[in-house]
Amino acid sequence: MAELHNRIETPLKRVRGLGSARSGTEHFWRQRLTAIAQIPLTIAFVVLVLKTLGGGYDALAATLANPLWAVLMLLFVVTGVMHMRIGMQVIIEDYAHEEGPKFAWLILNNFFAILVGLACVVAILKLSFGA
Amino acid sequence: MAQIALPKNSRVVEGKAWPKPAGATRLTEFKIYRYDPDGESNPRTDTYWVDRDDCGPMILDGIIWIKNKIDPTLTFRRSCREGICGSCAMNIDGLNTLACTKAMDDVKGAIKIYPLPHMPVVKDLVPDLTRFYAQHAFIEPWLHTETPSPEKEWKQSPEDRLKLDGLYECILCACCSTSCPSYWWNGDRYLGPAALLQAYRWLIDSRDEATGERLDALEDPFRLYRCHTIMNCAQVCPKGLNPAKAIAEIKKMMVMRQV
Repeated sequence: MAELHNRIETPLKRVRGLGSARSGTEHFWRQRLTAIAQIPLTIAFVVLVLKTLGGGYDALAATLANPLWAVLMLLFVVTGVMHMRIGMQVIIEDYAHEEGPKFAWLILNNFFAILVGLACVVAILKLSFGA
Repeated sequence: MAQIALPKNSRVVEGKAWPKPAGATRLTEFKIYRYDPDGESNPRTDTYWVDRDDCGPMILDGIIWIKNKIDPTLTFRRSCREGICGSCAMNIDGLNTLACTKAMDDVKGAIKIYPLPHMPVVKDLVPDLTRFYAQHAFIEPWLHTETPSPEKEWKQSPEDRLKLDGLYECILCACCSTSCPSYWWNGDRYLGPAALLQAYRWLIDSRDEATGERLDALEDPFRLYRCHTIMNCAQVCPKGLNPAKAIAEIKKMMVMRQV
């Protein structure tokens, strides 16, 4: 928006801009899908925390040794991180308008989500397989 | 990043307090945003007193009275004075609405009036709506057909006609779009609630043959998906329409054609 002053363009030219990205629905759908998935998975996570409360590392490792619990927690982490990544991207697009910072934030957002997601997955697997 | 404060020369300062009309017993206070593009001074809010015994009941009656009796330089748009032309849309008492359909008695205390938010101001209460109209033109608000036109009219069942209710009534006053934070931050790429409600009006018209092309044009993270269901649009619409619902229906159509 900052560069509007020095350009002579018709209003319609500006509204058309670079044209339709022909995407967005996939993002929208995935955000809803992960949100729905998070409802039962968050309940499972709370149950797991209550179940192992006070039992320390050993209680958690013993519970996660059950593949059902391990899979549930992997799903919890993966869908949560996907949801976080998409949500954060929307916020960045909303407020970051200068090209440089915008791309920097978008890159950082992706790296951060992958890092956090992978770290959680490795932690769960390690506990589950009893390192 | 987002700009938090207004630039120094855009900050609104206290303006002139005009004298109360002589001999009036029932008075209503107006505080109105003034901006003169020809001067160097900041925008200001002027205070006026309206003689209620000499004036109609609506806010538009009040500002016309001020223009006629106190200050002829006060600038605003108005035409039909009955809520059908959309010209007198402005921010009254913190909400975008039509000055002609809002009564003075519905506002407690001084009646504060500003131009529609986050639009370039031409003068006083007159915003520049060029882009807003271009967005309406962009969605091509007319019937698209390839089938040769029938001898008489394009037919539509009463049930299909019913689907246009709550959409066709839009008068393009811009109250909704200029109340939408998403439109404030990204109005150059997001089409805004008014244009999208109009888009949906043609998307569900049973006679229109370009539904797919229309959806293609909207399939974009900014044009359509900047709507975050904040719902300001539905809250302020002076015609009682619900643009947020129309946008949700468009999103639904987008998903429907994929699954």
